[in-house]
Amino acid sequence: MTDLTKLTIAAARDLMAKGELSSRELTEAHIKAVEAARPLNAYVAETPEMALAQADAADAKRKAGDARAMTGIPVGIKDLFATKGVHTQACSHILDGFKPEYESTVTQKLWDNGAVMLGKLNMDEFAMGSSNETSYYGPVKNPWRAEGSNKDYVPGGSSGGSVASVAGYAAMGATASDTGGSIRQPAAFTGTYGIKPTYGRCSRYGMVAFASSLDQAGTITRTVRDGAIMLESICGFDPKDSTSVNMPVPNFEAALTGDIRGLKVGIPQEYHLAGMPAEIEALWHQGIEWMKAAGAEVVDINLPHTKYALPTYYIVAPAEASSNLARYDGVRYGLRVVPNGGGLNDMYEATRAAGFGDEVKRRIMIGTYVLSAGYYDAYYLKAQKVRQLISDDFKRAFEKVDVILTPTAPSAAFAFGEKSDDPVSMYLNDVFTVPASLAGIPGASVAAGLDAQGLPLGLQILGRPFDEETVLRVSGVIEEAAALKAEPKVWWR
Amino acid sequence: MAKYIIQGATGDFEVVLGLEVHAQVTSNAKLFSGAATDFGAEPNAQVSLVDAAMPGMLPTINEECVRQAVRTGLALGAQINKYSVFDRKNYFYADLPQGYQISQFKHPVVGEGIVKIDLEDGYTKEIGIERIHLEQDAGKSMHDQHPQFTYVDLNRSGVALMEIVSKPDMRSPEEAGAYLTKLRTILRYIGSCDGNMEQGSMRADVNVSVRRPGEPFGTRCEIKNVNSIRFVRQAIEYEARRQVDIIEDGGKIDQETRLFDPVKGETRSMRSKEEAHDYRYFPDPDLLPLEFDDAFIDAARASLPELPDDKRARFEGELGLSAYNAAVLVAEQESASFFEVILDETVKATKKPAKDVATKVANWVIGDLFGALNKAGKSVADSPVSAKQGAELLALIEDGTISGRIAKEVFELMFETGKDAGTIVEEKGLKQVSDTGAIERIIDEVIAANPGQLAEYRGGKDKLIGFFVGQVMKLSGGKANPGLVNQLLKPKLDG
Amino acid sequence: MSDIDKATVAKIARLARIRIEDDKLDHLAGELNGIMHWIEQLNEVNTDNIAPMASVVDAKLRWRQDEVNDGGIQDKVLKNAPNAEYGFFTVPKVIE
Ligand SMILES: [Mg+2]
Ligand SMILES: [Zn+2]
Repeated sequence: MTDLTKLTIAAARDLMAKGELSSRELTEAHIKAVEAARPLNAYVAETPEMALAQADAADAKRKAGDARAMTGIPVGIKDLFATKGVHTQACSHILDGFKPEYESTVTQKLWDNGAVMLGKLNMDEFAMGSSNETSYYGPVKNPWRAEGSNKDYVPGGSSGGSVASVAGYAAMGATASDTGGSIRQPAAFTGTYGIKPTYGRCSRYGMVAFASSLDQAGTITRTVRDGAIMLESICGFDPKDSTSVNMPVPNFEAALTGDIRGLKVGIPQEYHLAGMPAEIEALWHQGIEWMKAAGAEVVDINLPHTKYALPTYYIVAPAEASSNLARYDGVRYGLRVVPNGGGLNDMYEATRAAGFGDEVKRRIMIGTYVLSAGYYDAYYLKAQKVRQLISDDFKRAFEKVDVILTPTAPSAAFAFGEKSDDPVSMYLNDVFTVPASLAGIPGASVAAGLDAQGLPLGLQILGRPFDEETVLRVSGVIEEAAALKAEPKVWWR
Repeated sequence: MAKYIIQGATGDFEVVLGLEVHAQVTSNAKLFSGAATDFGAEPNAQVSLVDAAMPGMLPTINEECVRQAVRTGLALGAQINKYSVFDRKNYFYADLPQGYQISQFKHPVVGEGIVKIDLEDGYTKEIGIERIHLEQDAGKSMHDQHPQFTYVDLNRSGVALMEIVSKPDMRSPEEAGAYLTKLRTILRYIGSCDGNMEQGSMRADVNVSVRRPGEPFGTRCEIKNVNSIRFVRQAIEYEARRQVDIIEDGGKIDQETRLFDPVKGETRSMRSKEEAHDYRYFPDPDLLPLEFDDAFIDAARASLPELPDDKRARFEGELGLSAYNAAVLVAEQESASFFEVILDETVKATKKPAKDVATKVANWVIGDLFGALNKAGKSVADSPVSAKQGAELLALIEDGTISGRIAKEVFELMFETGKDAGTIVEEKGLKQVSDTGAIERIIDEVIAANPGQLAEYRGGKDKLIGFFVGQVMKLSGGKANPGLVNQLLKPKLDG
Repeated sequence: MSDIDKATVAKIARLARIRIEDDKLDHLAGELNGIMHWIEQLNEVNTDNIAPMASVVDAKLRWRQDEVNDGGIQDKVLKNAPNAEYGFFTVPKVIE
């Protein structure tokens, strides 16, 4: 066997099932890869001892005949998920030193399913960002570079560490979270597979909240099959989350039949953005051709309120965030800054000034503003009405089609610093991903091609609520049709 | 009913009052977490990670709190909203871990209702209820434990409260007191709040404004967290006077939050809590809208006991109790049910209709039992004499086994020892003597011992019969049946 | 619709309990104005008779039974506290 870190989850699972590979071997190889990948800055905390202990336990369980979906598979965990006794800071300074006394439901499910934790993954601070440049722990570098370039590219965000670790062979899969595109956009930027299930499919218990009505956990993997395996292992009803939906979780891997004959695929006309790079437009058309070739019926649809999704999102998400982040006040955990002789309010103001980064502050300020007296109706209430219209757009579309195909992002990965000085131009990155987040529907980004510089591009597949199976099935068809052989050149080891 | 008027130098003023009562919902666990709600635990011992607002922790609602709010609404004849919404009220304070309180703002679970209050001399008045909403309590800050620090205990954080908001329908401290009293009675009857004001289970925010009669409402001040009915009345008296004085001096009332200082009997401005209030309410995205159906409301209604106003009407109408007796008995559910049990037992023991014995029973309960309990500082709940024991005592009087006077003695012993009336009568030989032979023997003895008085009686001094009765009773140790004594004594005296 | 000036920024910052130095207020006002003006394109959308989205999940709020199954974990509650004494969290003294 050559490089164990290049195995897919499915392949490693099968090898372990046949007794040709142990989790110990697989995990040791990954621990080395994690160390070697430090230049990517994907991990903010490495947990090799824990990983080895879990690996040994996994091997023992397998021997005892108790192998589960993820038994022995080393994965990385986005720093957003609470992991008991381990660094959990949502990559913010304000959670300095925080080690929770509890485990998130998503990670607990992974451990219950036998997975092995390599460490905690870098991300935009409180998941607020599209390039992983807002992390207190510094930016993550995209394993991919433009052909012949030595420049560093952003991995996308906010799940930057998740995608970089997976694309950079420093994890077989990673947990991620999507509030406005934080799974799909970075997946597109790194040629990985990112899937966000329906809102309510994965428990939010123990996931540091950014915008509660939008936050949804999901996964990053290198293949669609791996995505199906890992996603299934984190989904499911949780009474501890009032928005968790009590529905059985289907066998996602079984949905990968490759057969989409007769499926109706919607192409939203509003996603043809003026000024979008021709390569992306071309990739989309390529995707449409693949659909037709596989026997699906392609239908033009309209999602008339698409252009209002981003401004709606930038009211709803900051409003919820301004409230969700009020608990970071220096009293019960994390950073506390008390100016000399200062009182309670001075402590609040100093702690939050020192603990939050600029983007987080900006969003808290916007959120506070749009909820404040005299502005609530004009902004927040208005946005919730438009959100309803956006959701209705999808409902109407899904009466006609089974699935929707779009580009994931309006551009490929960009070099560092290119967009970070203008917040709005940065926000535009999420133009294709945000509508589905607002509507709570499942969505995935599958690597479908490369741009002229050799950087990966993704196609987005959106499905009906709780129809992750069709999203996965269509993802699989695109993955096979694209047959991408390209990999990032390993420059970081 | 005299109007409550504040006489100013320039004329009369009336006071306009509205109350926001925070009542702790009786439940085992908190509104949104599984931590306990008991009073007096070690600091932070009844705190879940949800109550401490740890990152990623989420609220889940306790059904019992919803049920109790609905029952309370039904008991106040209020509209029950089958769809309501939890909102976040955002502000920073040391004992508010989330940085927001989960409350209900635009869509409360209970809408408009009515409380009928009982005033002096049998007057009543209806006070409108604006709404009742469910919300979380905050923790507790202690400012006097350390020179540099305020200590924070989150045990109360997340405990369910009902905020019961009245309309500005009260016009005097007496009415406000009567409203709070009545509300407390109703909540205790239905068991949705224990009404324990010392432990903070019930606190009132009192909105006070004054105006010259006939004028529109004046600017109001809110006196926060007043925790006894007496303090509510004192605070209103002080605050109304203060506002009148300001207006008469040509000043203007600032709408503000004030605090009542029971030691000084004054209200004072709470500037610390006053700055820049902008609660930024919005629906809590961690919770879906609260919905229930008619069946849930019907079940809640079916679980309600007879309410104090209904009970009182029944005591007066069916049992013929005086208005006073009925009012005293229904004021606390324990008293009322004690009365009902003892009445029931007395009816069984005497085989007389309830209406015939009810007043006697009520008089005994209110006079003898409550008197003794009061003296001993005990409540009905821990009465050493049970309703059944009381009934036995009353039956002994009723069937002539003991006299009313002996009964008082027996009751004292019962209260001290917890023994049954029959046992005490037996042990102490207190049974009334109704044996004519025995009584005649005593009469003969008394007559023989008092020849002088006998002569005087026979000489026409009729009133001396009282002397002879007294002597006979004394000699019998109080046990002779007074009716028989009277009956047998006269012929003998007359010769 | 809105023009966020320095004073408004200062007021929002105060509400949000984030200290912002005076010399940063102007820059932040500019940034926030840029974002808010971009957001105001929502005014083009006719939302008459549209109910605001109440929840993403099409379900009723689930209820929990009234059971005490949490708490009694003072050590865990206080474990990450920057400062705690005698079982209490502490904050700089508040004068009421
Ligand atoms: Mg209030
Ligand atoms: Zn309240």
